[in-house]
Amino acid sequence: MARIDLKSLAHSYFPDPKTDEDYALRRMEHVWEDGGAYALLGPSGCGKTTLLNIISGLLTPSHGQVLFDGKDVTSLAPEERNIAQVFQFPVIYDTMTVYDNLAFPLRNRGIDEKRVDARVREIAGMLDLTGKLKQKARGLGADEKQTISLGRGLVRDDVSAILFDEPLTVIDPHLKWVLRRKLKEIHNKLRPTMVYVTHDQVEALTFADKVVVMYGGKVVQLGTPQELFENPAHTFVGYFIGSPGMNIMDCKIDDGAAWVDGQRISLSDRHLEAVSKQTGKLELGIRPEFLTLETGNADKGSDGIEVNITKVEDLGQFKIATTRFGASEIKVKLGEDEQVVGQSGILRFAPEWTKLYADSQLVA
Amino acid sequence: MNKITNNKAWFLVLPVFFIVAISAIIPLMTVVNYSVQDIFDPQTRFFVGTEWFEQVLGDSRLHDALLRQIFYTLSVLFIEIPLGIAVALTLPRKGWGVSASMVLLALPLLIPWNVVGTIWQIFGRADIGLGGYVINLMGIDYNYAQNPMDAWLTVLVMDVWHWTSLIVLLCYAGLRSIPDAYYQAAKIDGASRWAVFRFIQLPKMQSVLVIGVLLRFMDSFMIYTEPFVLTGGGPGNATTFLSQFLTRMAVGQFDLGPAAAFSLVYFLIILLVCWVFYTVVMNAGKQGEQ
Repeated sequence: MARIDLKSLAHSYFPDPKTDEDYALRRMEHVWEDGGAYALLGPSGCGKTTLLNIISGLLTPSHGQVLFDGKDVTSLAPEERNIAQVFQFPVIYDTMTVYDNLAFPLRNRGIDEKRVDARVREIAGMLDLTGKLKQKARGLGADEKQTISLGRGLVRDDVSAILFDEPLTVIDPHLKWVLRRKLKEIHNKLRPTMVYVTHDQVEALTFADKVVVMYGGKVVQLGTPQELFENPAHTFVGYFIGSPGMNIMDCKIDDGAAWVDGQRISLSDRHLEAVSKQTGKLELGIRPEFLTLETGNADKGSDGIEVNITKVEDLGQFKIATTRFGASEIKVKLGEDEQVVGQSGILRFAPEWTKLYADSQLVA
Repeated sequence: MNKITNNKAWFLVLPVFFIVAISAIIPLMTVVNYSVQDIFDPQTRFFVGTEWFEQVLGDSRLHDALLRQIFYTLSVLFIEIPLGIAVALTLPRKGWGVSASMVLLALPLLIPWNVVGTIWQIFGRADIGLGGYVINLMGIDYNYAQNPMDAWLTVLVMDVWHWTSLIVLLCYAGLRSIPDAYYQAAKIDGASRWAVFRFIQLPKMQSVLVIGVLLRFMDSFMIYTEPFVLTGGGPGNATTFLSQFLTRMAVGQFDLGPAAAFSLVYFLIILLVCWVFYTVVMNAGKQGEQ
């Protein structure tokens, strides 16, 4: 187990990078605390796997350093770093039995057979592989093969960190849930440092204590699932986390309030003070959960906005209403028993959950 | 459900039946015909039973040829298979080197057997051949036309030169099909270079190697042209392998009965070895799956 520091780390696949676009990973400072369970969340192509391969040593970064417990390991090969990694698609040694597959990482390091046996049986027990230990790995299904891959990642108890690169992609939904629980259990029991790459927010939010959101080769936010939900530091986080994502609208500030498409949205003093120093492109964001929609001849009042309701989707436990005013389309999350009457209504913003962004970064 | 029986469908099988009959069954039956009769002309023939078979199986010259053949084929396999794997492992995986090495490797495969024989016949001559001349310069008395060992080695080297590329290409294709993740996982697991070969590369090459071994076995077991062009099976009988022996018997001495009997034995040996090899390898792969 170790604390992992990334110091002014950047990586480009080009030999001579010039613009920011040439970098797969933009310059970053980042710390993975010892014993943390992290999810690395982001869309495809945002640099998650690159970052993971740099930590494991499969890739040497073009700039900066990787430190394990303060020791520089940037130029060390994966086998010298003492790290475990599980890949997206199952990697198994076909000709070996399940037992030998699990024992392989230990035997390669010259650990004595007694200890190997104990570890293999313990991990096999955790992953429900005990009954299959004597089978050849080649005849197993994709689920079981990937479970073996997971087992090989977990079998060493002295690793600095265990890295998972979208490990549950090929697993069927039910087993996915079971394995995620197992990983979480193993983490609670042994407290290894775990980094879990995924593009699935549900997976990230259920697995991790801390979620790192990446976008365009940068870490845009590190926080607990709650922080990401309540306080997205970047419009991308707002949009990517949550279902549906945050409503983001272009806005201007005038007369002590925000104006979106000619409609006034009141702001708190906190917002106004913070935004007065900003010059970039302003956007206003609010999560669908924090909007209220009243229908059936509701009173507009001082802070309501008249909207057209274009669509209502009933998703079982809640409803999503799509509303429109001017050019803005806004989604509102409604309780299952809230009724929507007619084609129009009054939309109200909760000022404490209304966020302002300048050039996509959170202002207040 | 009522099945509709339509025997007209059998007519659809007829073309295949004719092709197989003409290409395989009729020629084979002709050979069988010759192997159990003594035929002088179309009107004069005697049924001789297993006499020809007894005669060829008891022929000591044939025993010698068979031993030479087995020893030769094993040598070919033991050299070409490991060498082919080794070369495949060292080939570049990307860049211009890939196409360059593919072209170089494919060249020997494109040359007809008798041309290969001629090339080496000239190449190995001590007076005008570069190879033979250089070897003699080094103080080694090399002369394939007189020294049986030299002739035997020349035929072996010729085959290795001609056919190792086939094994290389097959193995290379097998190696290319291994995803990068396997190598990455092996690094993470701390596998040695040997373990990567033993547990990742070799299993992935297994199926192509089976085909490679079978092809090289059959081909080298039937070798005819190269020794024929080089020394005509000599000096003495040093490079008289089974095909050579058979041809001499059938065409040279016109002993069609014994030649036919021997052809059948020859055919059965190849069939049997291939079947045993294939079955053993395939069963080894399946072991423990259930």
